[in-house]
Amino acid sequence: MHKILLQIARVGIKTEPAPPPDEALRRAAARMSEEMLQLLGRALAIRHVDAGSCNACELEIHATNNPYYNLEGLGIKFVASPRHADMLLVTGPVSRNMEEALRRTYEATPEPKLVVAIGDCGCGKGIFGENYASCGAVSNVIPVDVAVPGCPPDPAAIMRGILTAVTASAKGR
Amino acid sequence: MPPVVGGLRLAPLPGAVPAWRASVDSDGLRRVCEAVAGSGGRLGALWASDERDRGAGFALHAVLVAFEGLVCVDVRLEGETYADVSDLFPAAGRMQRAIADLMGLRAGMRDTRGWLRHGAWREDAFPLRRDVALDARLPAGDPRYAFVPVEGEGVHEIPVGPVHAGIIEPGHFRFSVVGERVLRLEERLGYTHKGVEKRFESLSLEEGARLAARVSGDSSVAFSWAYAMALETAAACKVPERALWLRALLLERERVANHLGDLGALGNDGGLAFGLAQFSRMKEHLLRNNAALFGHRYLMDRVVPGGVTVDLDAAGAGSILAEADRLEDELRTLRSIYYDHAGLQDRCINCGRLTPRTAAALGVVGLAARASGHAIDARVFPGHAPYGELGPRLCSHRNGDVAARIVVRFEEAFESLDLQRKILHALPSTPTLTPLPEIAQRAFGIGWIEGWRGEVLVAVEADAGGRIRRCHPHDPSWQNWPALEHAVIGNIVPDFPLINKSFNLSYAGADL
Repeated sequence: MHKILLQIARVGIKTEPAPPPDEALRRAAARMSEEMLQLLGRALAIRHVDAGSCNACELEIHATNNPYYNLEGLGIKFVASPRHADMLLVTGPVSRNMEEALRRTYEATPEPKLVVAIGDCGCGKGIFGENYASCGAVSNVIPVDVAVPGCPPDPAAIMRGILTAVTASAKGR
Repeated sequence: MPPVVGGLRLAPLPGAVPAWRASVDSDGLRRVCEAVAGSGGRLGALWASDERDRGAGFALHAVLVAFEGLVCVDVRLEGETYADVSDLFPAAGRMQRAIADLMGLRAGMRDTRGWLRHGAWREDAFPLRRDVALDARLPAGDPRYAFVPVEGEGVHEIPVGPVHAGIIEPGHFRFSVVGERVLRLEERLGYTHKGVEKRFESLSLEEGARLAARVSGDSSVAFSWAYAMALETAAACKVPERALWLRALLLERERVANHLGDLGALGNDGGLAFGLAQFSRMKEHLLRNNAALFGHRYLMDRVVPGGVTVDLDAAGAGSILAEADRLEDELRTLRSIYYDHAGLQDRCINCGRLTPRTAAALGVVGLAARASGHAIDARVFPGHAPYGELGPRLCSHRNGDVAARIVVRFEEAFESLDLQRKILHALPSTPTLTPLPEIAQRAFGIGWIEGWRGEVLVAVEADAGGRIRRCHPHDPSWQNWPALEHAVIGNIVPDFPLINKSFNLSYAGADL
């Protein structure tokens, strides 16, 4: 046990300040009322759905919870069921084999809900494109509030996307 | 020296790894597979191509891993059937089902269920045939899937997925359990099938590198190198020394990054969240160094046909050496914490055992094979430049359990740090990129790289005008997914996440 405590003390606290939201990432006018967002604050529950990615976006979503980014320290956590979630974080492209599962996951998420599409593929600009097995962008299958480009987007960019979605749109104010 | 395979006339393929090629008729496949299996060889990959537009029929292509190197066999088919080889190589089963879904060629297996097809297209549509367009809107088929039922008193099923509870890729696991013990696990994959092989055929050989880097994002360097090696084989092109050494540096950095990530996740799944916090911090540090030195956290698109797009100056080398010293020191501390932690060891020892015998029978490769007592590592044997000069140490363990796969990861991480040091101390001073000569139509090449998970194969055939005629990228997960079904038998359901993580297989890489 003392080795564990020693290592914790040796490393110290690494967490960096969270990035600010970025209006440029917003795809749809705020679907959630400002009131609701204020109520939600940052006590946000996220369900991640890989709808067909190459798994690099998953690596970066994982990284948002490492000690440097410490997403959970902001009150935002990943949950095991869409029924517990306020937000879906979806990576793509959406494969046709995942289309139905993504729709059902969206339907299982209680209203009001937010969707953030992650990565160039999720945004519809990925290398896989649309084809016999791929529906392309997440927004081709379910409504998207915020889209974060990048291949893959780094953890700070993913956090910016999440924080943009839970911040009332500047235009709406 | 070429392998002796049942009277086959083998033509050597030029390139970085020892490889030979032969052409046989439809009866030949079975004969060749019997010969290779009989002498202890394995199946590397199996795929099909449509040659009807060139006045032939369909063709099958097998890469067999013999002791001496790779044997690539092209099989000319007269009809749409061929001889099943899954009794010789169990890993062939799913590859044959994928071939049936994509190309409509059947091996006469008892298992005729779709593998990649699901309901996205009908049983009578074959999207990889050349008369189907990449963007064809195929009518939806029947999505139902008949899992193998397990019957008996008290047996019940637990369906999991495709959307899992964690941040992982999609797949379906069907557990048949009695009480808390797993009697049987059946995997159903293919959810991330997004037409990768068909997409390759719409790209130029040069553009293909970007797609190869995204077959499985966690193995980007391995796939990029294998793709580049395949093109360099097809072009009979010699890559500058410095480029090869830098490729090895990037590949070892990819290995360390993934091993750090897995060691953290395994600690977490074993109830030691401290491990996740520590290892994910160390991994983040390495990724940030990658971004600072090479411009990408996961080193995507840094390895290209003809060389690499990055270089390293003395200051950069210094920062990697400093990082290696720090990581080694921290790894030693964390290794002693992991090995001394009674709770973690209790979860990992004898959990999810894959015996050496089962691993051999299934043709398991890579890290999982080494943790089950098999001395397989393409960097060590047959090896390719620059690994011959680096002399990597093969790390293995006999027990085949979760603990063994943790040990192998620790030891390989240490070895990778050492290899990085050796590379930086002897980095040759040559250019880093050479233009690839024009690649003739029908030229064929193969790449074989030991990625962090296991051996990655990429086979490419060129078309006219520098286009891709056919490209088959092959992830080691094809071979290792069936092993997970065996490793989990008799374990309790709550240990599945830990066992699964200890293999950490790619869905995207095998769903294509």
